[in-house]
Amino acid sequence: MAEFTLPANSKVKIGDTHKGPDDAGDIRAFKVYRYDPDSNETPRLDTYEIDLDDCGPMVLDALIKIKDQVDTSLTFRRSCREGICGSCAMNIDGTNTLACLKPIDEVRGDVKIYPLPHMEVIKDLVPDLSTAYAQLESVEPWLKTKTPPPPDTERLQSIDERAKLDGMWECVLCFSCSTSCPSYWWNGERYLGPAVLLQAYRWIADSRDEYTGERLDNLEDPFRLYRCHTIMNCTKTCPKGLNPAKAIAEIKKMIVMRQ
Amino acid sequence: MTDKGMRSDLGRVRGLGTAKEGVHHWWMQRLTAIALIPLTLWFIISIASLNSASYAETVNWLSIPLVSIFMILLVSSTLYHALLGVQVVVEDYIHHEGCKFLLLISLKLIFLVLGVVAVFSLLKIAL
Repeated sequence: MAEFTLPANSKVKIGDTHKGPDDAGDIRAFKVYRYDPDSNETPRLDTYEIDLDDCGPMVLDALIKIKDQVDTSLTFRRSCREGICGSCAMNIDGTNTLACLKPIDEVRGDVKIYPLPHMEVIKDLVPDLSTAYAQLESVEPWLKTKTPPPPDTERLQSIDERAKLDGMWECVLCFSCSTSCPSYWWNGERYLGPAVLLQAYRWIADSRDEYTGERLDNLEDPFRLYRCHTIMNCTKTCPKGLNPAKAIAEIKKMIVMRQ
Repeated sequence: MTDKGMRSDLGRVRGLGTAKEGVHHWWMQRLTAIALIPLTLWFIISIASLNSASYAETVNWLSIPLVSIFMILLVSSTLYHALLGVQVVVEDYIHHEGCKFLLLISLKLIFLVLGVVAVFSLLKIAL
């Protein structure tokens, strides 16, 4: 039933402090969550003092600088450094976002960096997203048709039909939204979460797809879909400015409409 | 890391499939919410105007057919709406399957009893 005390590995102790250089012009402290599940130690919050005069503008720049020059054991995911791969999603200054899109000067005071909330931690800032990826796979995010592909042309779509996919195809699957959602925290094994529901709606709304009904069938469930209580954390946190809450509302509306 | 057994992630996520329900609950919660707006406003205004009324006058007011009908509608939509609400709270926060099952059944019964008692009392006054 209810648990009133945190499990041992949820208590974060104060860790090491890595002092910045003495001749630094603009020192900023980065407080970074460190945890290695294999080490039998509880998580800790390490402090890294970074000279912002000698660092790129984004939080990811600071993390890369720390890994390169201060502490090579710091572990995080990153790839494109321009908000298109979705790898560097983490909780910065209390909000889930992409480290590569988050300017350091938007954060006042110490920059606190934690992994995406309420996910199993593989190491440091790397969460285990395997359940979330499996949930994405479960909504079959690809075009499904009965009609065989036309032999000599694409499957056509009008400009208006294509416009319905705007605000959805841009999702980079960073899972910032799903991991900001309390419903996903409490029931993440059964609730699909905003990221996956946005992707589900992306194919429901696609005029070329012929499995709309089956897709809705697959979502009509008290847990898969209806754990969403429209608190809009997903929309508020999305680093790409998308609106998963609206997509979920559209799915609910379509299920009512077909009754 | 918690032990998830040897089953594949997709197998776990697909699980027992969909319950093919939830839309009725969701839709009824919205409909009762809409119905409760005028009913609650009517109730608040009526109770305010009964501010200085005696017990007999209040009972007398409750026995007016239209008032009785509105009261039955108010009580039943309030209880239905509340039941749908607490059901969501239980499903959200109670993760022990046995406890959840028992609580959901008990809540349905409690709200049913409350509804029957309330409607019976209103009818007894009115008829």
